[in-house]
This record gives sequence, structure tokens and C-alpha cells, in this order.
Amino acid sequence: MSLSDFLRRAVSPWMRNGGPEDDIILTSRVRVARNLEDVPFPVLQTDSHANHVIQAVQNALATPAVQALGRFELLRCSDMSAIDRQVLVEKHLISRDLAEQVRHGAVALRDDEVVSIMVNEEDHLRIQCLLPGLRLKEAWDLANQVDDALERTLPYAFHERYGYLTACPTNVGTGIRASVMMHLPGLVLSGQMGRILSAVQQVGLTVRGMYGEGSDAAGNLFQVSNQVTLGESEEEIIQNLSNVVAQLIEHERNARRLLLQQNREGLEDRVCRSFGILAYARRMDSKETLQRLSDVRLGIDLGIIKGVSANILQELMVMTQPAFLQKYYQQDLSPAERDVRRAALIRERLRLDESGVR
Amino acid sequence: MLCQRCHERPANVQFTQIINGDKKVYHLCEQCAREAQGDLFGQAAQAFNFDFHQWLGHLMNMESSPGFAVPAASAQRCGNCGMTYQQFTQLGRFGCPKCYDNFAPRLEPLLRRIQSATSHTGKVPLHAGSQVKVRKNLERLRKELQQAVAMEQYERAAQLRDQIRELEQQMDRG
Repeated sequence: MSLSDFLRRAVSPWMRNGGPEDDIILTSRVRVARNLEDVPFPVLQTDSHANHVIQAVQNALATPAVQALGRFELLRCSDMSAIDRQVLVEKHLISRDLAEQVRHGAVALRDDEVVSIMVNEEDHLRIQCLLPGLRLKEAWDLANQVDDALERTLPYAFHERYGYLTACPTNVGTGIRASVMMHLPGLVLSGQMGRILSAVQQVGLTVRGMYGEGSDAAGNLFQVSNQVTLGESEEEIIQNLSNVVAQLIEHERNARRLLLQQNREGLEDRVCRSFGILAYARRMDSKETLQRLSDVRLGIDLGIIKGVSANILQELMVMTQPAFLQKYYQQDLSPAERDVRRAALIRERLRLDESGVR
Repeated sequence: MLCQRCHERPANVQFTQIINGDKKVYHLCEQCAREAQGDLFGQAAQAFNFDFHQWLGHLMNMESSPGFAVPAASAQRCGNCGMTYQQFTQLGRFGCPKCYDNFAPRLEPLLRRIQSATSHTGKVPLHAGSQVKVRKNLERLRKELQQAVAMEQYERAAQLRDQIRELEQQMDRG
């Protein structure tokens, strides 16, 4: 299969650019935790409980209310190979925890991969909506619709005082976790990230590096999400997160502008050097890949690098991960072999832009 | 007494470190205590492969240590799924939806720590909607009735009593 065919089939909508503020916000995600009443949570599940939950979800998916929201396919973890499960993790469609629930886990994927419903992860159901750009409200509206449609047939565990009951009390109440994935090279390069991290934590939000912790998260990619799920409505949680994210975007834009003003040559050297390495290197480990991709993406956003698609960051940060590489090359690869194949894949992908194929 | 760490400044802080039940007490100056706290957290998080759910369980355990009043009636085991309180503190997760009621007295202080409030104000499932709404209304009216009586507004109280009766009948009809 040629790379462009493989990409057409393997790339999820979120990996293409699109949506407001997509130069800084890669994705918006809303995840809602739900459980069935009178069934033990997955932590105490027997095979028959797990099958009961999967069957109940299967039935709900077949109802007109859910089918009106798109075509879903239910996949059991036990029917997938380890590599295929890992690919779904790398595409952010399921969690690592679900991939490890080989016996009891399942996932319902909408055909466009915007909606995924994890079954028997920490909770019976985790409804996830993942969209490119800053579209938290839209992601919540969609998750809310899917939730309403499922609720027509699934009897949810709901408590008058505590709200939607979840296995872990950190999710109880609304069961909602809203998050955005942000690319913040300006704040990291100008040394402001540590200060921003602690400020954001003080307003009830959590910031995590997507790949690695703290302010040296590889690829300058950060996930900002709400911490509290009980005592605030879903709309308040989304609004609060959106407000803070809007401020972060402004800080990042200012930081980029200042970097250009103060050290244009240094910045140009950095991003072009990284482009050169990606275009010619013969071995790339995953950490360096993320760092170089982040530089190149910054160069594209600032107009320094032209003729390379902007979504190269999110596309290649997924495609160059271990399971994806093995899927593309259709063979098991040792870490050393992966570094060689990773470099080859990146070179090939950059040539697609040059030849104007995509 | 001098600080046991820098041996320069006077020790005025007693620093207690408990790792895996192993308790050590140090006498430190303020500055060293601050620093020790900083790097201990980093160490602890790495060295013990910081387990979030376990930490949460420990938080709940703290509530039941001496000094925190836990109602004697509080259950040790969930009557529905059989999860023990001990298990919860290890897993950081409940066994079933009924655990929330069965461990309620211990849960409330925990929720106050990890959440912003102890009651839900967001979405209500459609099927539970009407019943829950009626109940929330009843709660509000009963509170108003108490206030009316306290302020000797008997006419208002009579109106409220009628409204409450009506809602109660509605609830009974289900």
C-alpha cells in the first residue's frame, strides 16, 4: 500500500487541521463516564457481568435513537490483535487501560472516529467525542446527544445527591472530563511554562504533558482539563475551561510574536535545522521526532516554512508511534529498527508535500 | 538545637516523614523543611511509582484516623457488592453504585477535599428527571415553610403546606 493510501485510511478527522484556533489547539475532547445501575463496576466484574454490559450497549446501539447519530461498530478487545488495540490507543480513540482489558473491554466506534464509546474500562461506559481545533462546546453537545440516546435503553446509575455514579469518586457528579490538546512552543521556548502550569492549577484545572511530564513535555504538547466533576454543571465546566484556554492562546501568541521580534534569526535557524533533520536523517527516536515536528510546526505557523502541510505535527506524532509503524510496515520491529523505519516514514511523508500529492 | 540538615540555622520545625509506614522525625529550620518537602514529593512520586488510586484511598483512610469523627454506624462492608472499606482504600475505586450510600459517612469528607461541593448540580437523566425535579422542589418548599413559620407568616405557611401536600401526592402516584 502506498503511503498516501495508508494515510487516507488511517488518519482520523482530528489529525487533520480544522476548527477555530487550530494553530494552537490541536484537539478538543469531552469524555463522559456512565455506569449501569445494579451492576458492579468493572473492578469487581465477572465474565457474565461484563458480557451483560457489552450486550446492553450492543442493544442500545441498534436502537433508532442511536442510529440517528451515526453508524457505530462494536469491537471487543478480545477480538483485536495487540497491535490493533495499540493503534487505537495511539490514535487517542481508546485509553491504555481499555487496551489492557483484553477479557472484558470493548469499544464502539462511530465510522468517522469522532465518537468512541469505551465499554468496561474503569466505568461501564465512557463516551468520548474528539474534534480538531477549539470546539469544546460542540464536543459536549455531541457527547450529550449520544448520552441521551443511550439512556433511552440503558438504565444509568444516578444518585439524587451525588449525580452520575462512577467507580472513582474523582469523576462522580457530571462524570465529565473536558480537555484540549495545546501546542505551546512559544511559552516553553520563552521559559514561561512553569509559571503558567502553576497558575492554571490554581483555577481548578489540570495540565499534563501529552508525552512526558511537566514543562519538558516532548513536542511542547499539553493537555488542559477540568479537575472537578461535582458541584458545577457541565456548561459551567466547559465555560471555565474555555475561558482559561482563551487566555493561554493569547499568552502563546504573544510569546511567539516576542520570540520573532527579539531573535528572528535564532528562531529561523532552529525551525529550519529541525526541518533539515526530519528531511534527511536516517535514524529518529520518538522523542526527537516530537521535538523536531514541534519546531517545524512552529515554523509553518510563523510563515517561516512554506509548502508543508500544517497537520504534519499531529499526523506524524501518531503515525511514528510503535504500533503504527509496525502496522504500516506490516512486521514486528525492534526499537532500533523502528528508529530507522520512523526516519524513512517521515522522509516519505515530507516528499508527499513536495510533490503536491496531498 | 541546630537544624539537622544545614547545621547552621536553629531548628524550629518538626518534620515527620512516613514512607511505607516507616516513620522518621527530623528537626529542621524553616528553609530546609521547605526544601525537604519539595524534593521528598518528587522522590516519593518517582520512587514509589505514584499510584493515584492508592493515594486517594489513603486520603479516605486519613478521615477515619483518630481525630476525625466517623459515625460508629458507618458500614465496614458494602451490603450489595461485598467490597470492604479496606479494599476501597487500596483500590481507590468503589465496587458498585450502592457503595456510595453504604460508605456515605466516610465519603462526604473525601468529596469536600477532592471536589468543589458534595452535591450534583448538572445534568439529570431524562428518565429520572421528573421524579428528581419534584423531590428537589419539595426540599425547597419545606425550607420555605420552616422560614414562614419562624417568621409567623401563617397565611403563607398554609399556602406552602398545600403545595407540599400536592407534590407529595404526585410523588406517591409515581
